[in-house]
Amino acid sequence: MWTALSRAGLTEQRWQAWSVTQRRAVIAAAVGALLLVVFAPLFGFAASAYIAYAIFVGLYVPPWEKVPYIGRYVLPLAVLGLVTAFPYYTTDPVRAQKMFTIPILGAWPSTQTAAVMLIYVMMALGLNVVVGYAGLLDLGYVAFYAVGAYTAASFTSQQFAGAKADGSPVRTFHLGAIGIDPHLGGIHITPWLLLLVGGLLTAVIGMVIGLPTLRLRGDYLAIVTLGFGEILPQVARNGDNLFSTGFNLTNGPQGITPLDSIGFGNWIHKHIHIFGWHFLPANYFTAANSDALFFWTALILVLLTIFCSLRLRDSKLGRAWIAIREDETAAAAMGVPLMRTKTYAYAIGAFVAGVAGSYFAIYTSGANPDSFFFNFSVFVLVMVILGGMGNVWGVMLGAAFLAYLDQAGLANTGAWINDHLGLHIEVPKYEFGIYGVILLVVMLLRPEGLLPSARRKREFEKGVADEPLHDKALA
Amino acid sequence: MLLVAALIVWLIVNATKTPELFLKATLIGVTNGSVFGLVALGYTLVYGILELINFAHGDVFMLGGMIAATFIGADVFNLGTNEAWYVLWPAILAILAICMVSCGLINATVERIAYRPLRGAPRVAPLITAIAASFILQNIAIATKGPNAVPVPSILPQSAVFTIGSGNNQISYKWAALIVVFLTVPVLVVLTWLVERTRQGKAMRATAQDREAAAMMGIDVNRTISFTFLIAGGLAGAAGTIYVSYFTYDKWDQGFQLGLIAFTAAVLGGIGNLPGAVLGALLIGMIQSYNNALTWHSPGSDWTQSIVFAILILILVFRPEGLLGERTPEGG
Repeated sequence: MWTALSRAGLTEQRWQAWSVTQRRAVIAAAVGALLLVVFAPLFGFAASAYIAYAIFVGLYVPPWEKVPYIGRYVLPLAVLGLVTAFPYYTTDPVRAQKMFTIPILGAWPSTQTAAVMLIYVMMALGLNVVVGYAGLLDLGYVAFYAVGAYTAASFTSQQFAGAKADGSPVRTFHLGAIGIDPHLGGIHITPWLLLLVGGLLTAVIGMVIGLPTLRLRGDYLAIVTLGFGEILPQVARNGDNLFSTGFNLTNGPQGITPLDSIGFGNWIHKHIHIFGWHFLPANYFTAANSDALFFWTALILVLLTIFCSLRLRDSKLGRAWIAIREDETAAAAMGVPLMRTKTYAYAIGAFVAGVAGSYFAIYTSGANPDSFFFNFSVFVLVMVILGGMGNVWGVMLGAAFLAYLDQAGLANTGAWINDHLGLHIEVPKYEFGIYGVILLVVMLLRPEGLLPSARRKREFEKGVADEPLHDKALA
Repeated sequence: MLLVAALIVWLIVNATKTPELFLKATLIGVTNGSVFGLVALGYTLVYGILELINFAHGDVFMLGGMIAATFIGADVFNLGTNEAWYVLWPAILAILAICMVSCGLINATVERIAYRPLRGAPRVAPLITAIAASFILQNIAIATKGPNAVPVPSILPQSAVFTIGSGNNQISYKWAALIVVFLTVPVLVVLTWLVERTRQGKAMRATAQDREAAAMMGIDVNRTISFTFLIAGGLAGAAGTIYVSYFTYDKWDQGFQLGLIAFTAAVLGGIGNLPGAVLGALLIGMIQSYNNALTWHSPGSDWTQSIVFAILILILVFRPEGLLGERTPEGG
């Protein structure tokens, strides 16, 4: 790239000589020119597109990080503000009309799609801890997601009601559940508590799975996690008659549905307010802006996950993960406790998946074994790899992009291709083939991902000290 | 050890309770095991030389089945159920040859595109590309043959070789099943001859033991590895042809399922070890059919996949070198 640019007059030395602001201004101008030339003639001039470009320039070009004390937070807070306001400018029908559409990929996602995208982002961040930070290839991530979903589902439904001879429930236990009849059978615990409990239970299962298997390395670890990723959903599918004992753990292929609604209840809604603004909704499902509420709650969960990811990365545990990723023997020689460090990575990844799974079950009001299949684990893995293993922002970018493709983008792209090229390809059918191609291209050309962590990039270039597949000394 | 003892007890009790069912299950197991064995050999060959689990191998097997299905069916050879032997056998051999060659080429192409550029990268990289290749091959099958099961006309003779017992508990061992075993054995024999007696086989074994030393002795490592993939693909193609002839259907996700079973078999026998792969495959085939057929305290067919994976996990945790010992560049 630099050879071509040098011929045009811009050498790398001159580029480095400019200040950061100048460089960014040039890049922003180039991007703007590109978009104008390529897209505007095809897709028209929408006022909101210019506003969006102006916001992009305003955030990207000025050297905000040089402003003392608050400079570092300007960009993240601005992005956060835009994302939080998302339901306002894309779902109000009048305003949504005025929003520009992304070429080929289609309209901005609806709030429901955006909430699901945020859940996928959370899962990708969790897998980033396992694959990106600790370097353990986990192909069974869907199992943790399933455990989280079923935990939340079991305890907010009539799953464990049992039935006496006259049809009335055997056990009824309510703890803060809202929106249901107080005498409804089954165990009904408040979903807020279950987000935490689901995560913790999944973390425990992650540790249990990790204990025997984390001695293995590389390929064997991947296959074993794949095995668990297949076993747990099969347990979910066959769980209505566990080992022919008649015990219904997971209600089999039908899944557990419906679940209680999430919310803060009438008392809190009425009594906690800021100057008359009752901002804590009583019941998410019956509220007027229910989609937006779920979106914001998911956003809060994602923010917590980002915070934890960043703190973990910069902690002693994070450095231990880097050490075992690059050279296990050297790390062990320096006193890094291998099994414990790897188990922590696994458990934390499982925790995040558990919380995401619980929230997803509550959001869709059900847990069904058909939503948990192997390809999903690879789907989340592609998000992490495409975005940049180990880099939180890259992973979020990859996750958002692929989640959008999965939910709406492929269908929109297919429609666009069919309209404009006169073909009749059903693009969503080839979804996983497309992901396979993306994965292949990324691994061959840029294995460190779109937004790489500098460390990972060097590891891919210089190589790491690969270990034999299992501990021959202990065998 | 306790687990193995419990397993043997369970088998003996079942054998004495329902001997016909037990025999039937054994026969089915041996037949299935032969097919698994062909695929497992492919896995183990590639693993022994590159230390890479070729995730796409199961899908090459599935594509082989699809190619065979195309040739058997109405489009090309248009074979029916009771063709005369002088029509059937040349056709089967021709289809076998075509599938083996095409699958070998597919496998070698995958190696060239996806694995060779990443030979120096951390081991996680070619593993991920293997998954990507697997998805792409599956999607090729969906694109060409559709997402539903592809029915294949049943061309192998369905009459019985021998029948034991009578009435409800009659077991008839069909010719079709015997042919499966009979097609597998020569393939194994040829493969063993190839690896043990020919120069290329020696090159393969040398590259598997120590790639750098082999290169220093003048062996073209790239060509040897391509040759290995070619043979592994050929095995997968043969397995695919035999599979669709016997089970009379193929589906785009068949490769994933069977691939994992075959990989478990390869690990059970000792990865990198050719006889081990066959032994492991026969064992897994029998375990699978026992689980499906036997009735005394049997988990039932719902749990077959979980049991196979549980075996894989137990083997990898407690005896990673497998039953017959592994043969990889770092191991034996």
